Amino acid sequence: MLEFLTQPWPWYFGGAMIAIVLFLLLWTGKTFGMSSNLRTLCSMMGAGKKASFFQFDWKAQGWNLVVSLGVVIGGFIASNFIASTNAVAISTETVDQLVALGFEDAGKSFAPKLLFSNNAFSDPYVMLLLILGGFLVGFGARYAGGCTSGHAISGLTNFQLPSFIAVIGFFIGGLFVNHFIIPFLF
Amino acid sequence: MKTIIYLFIGIFFGITLYMSEVSSWFRIYEMFQFNSFHMYGVIGSAVFFGAIFTFLIKKLKIKSVFDQTLISLTDKEKGWKRYLIGGIIFGCGWAISGACPGPMFSLLGAGFMPIVVVIASATLGTFFYGLIRSKLPH
Repeated sequence: MLEFLTQPWPWYFGGAMIAIVLFLLLWTGKTFGMSSNLRTLCSMMGAGKKASFFQFDWKAQGWNLVVSLGVVIGGFIASNFIASTNAVAISTETVDQLVALGFEDAGKSFAPKLLFSNNAFSDPYVMLLLILGGFLVGFGARYAGGCTSGHAISGLTNFQLPSFIAVIGFFIGGLFVNHFIIPFLF
Repeated sequence: MKTIIYLFIGIFFGITLYMSEVSSWFRIYEMFQFNSFHMYGVIGSAVFFGAIFTFLIKKLKIKSVFDQTLISLTDKEKGWKRYLIGGIIFGCGWAISGACPGPMFSLLGAGFMPIVVVIASATLGTFFYGLIRSKLPH
């Protein structure tokens, strides 16, 4: 049992745990959606003075900020005290592709050193990629009214057509960039 | 008391995102390459079990644990433009950063510090949406 939990979790176990998170949030009278926190952060920092979109009672969203603080702590606990390996069990095909693109630690570390080691801070090109990626995620999530948790999980479990459209959009954008842009970026 | 409960739900979610490798850039890359079933399995089983929970909540008229009111699930606004265009933009960013808003926070806790830049620019992207919202098709 303990060994099962310290190894990378199989997909069906990870999926079931995410569904439990969804249930717990619904049961406590809330909704499951992480990108709303970015809007709350904007409001907290006074964005309401610039755009009416940020004029809402952000304190009422405090519970969700607490959830995201918990996610940070959870990431810390998992990586330091639970996971018995940092390697991600991606397929050998993926490893070969990524090594060819210059990701030498593919299959050996949790996140690519190229993008997420502290060396990234001194590489303006990598900084630009992270800024671009983050900006599109933040802009797109709010434009679409939700992200993977809000649409792909919350929305689809409640059979919402708009969420289905959004998820199709996620994959149109993701497949396009992954196949046609990423080979030029690295 | 409530705050502690939400903190624990978050911790549980953060552990799940890390241990199921959903937070890994490598897994997102692999998903878009169709090289593994893993990510489709995680999302698919989350939707499968989540749909059962959601169905039971409605069917059994389960009440909210704190205030005993009926749990109501609000429908998303009708339309398609914002969902399709916004979704495509989100997907483009997802493929580059390899992290959506939940995993970003879990990566921060796991000590991958450059994710701070992604979180900051995602917040900026959200702010920019708020600024130009009235000019966009919805």
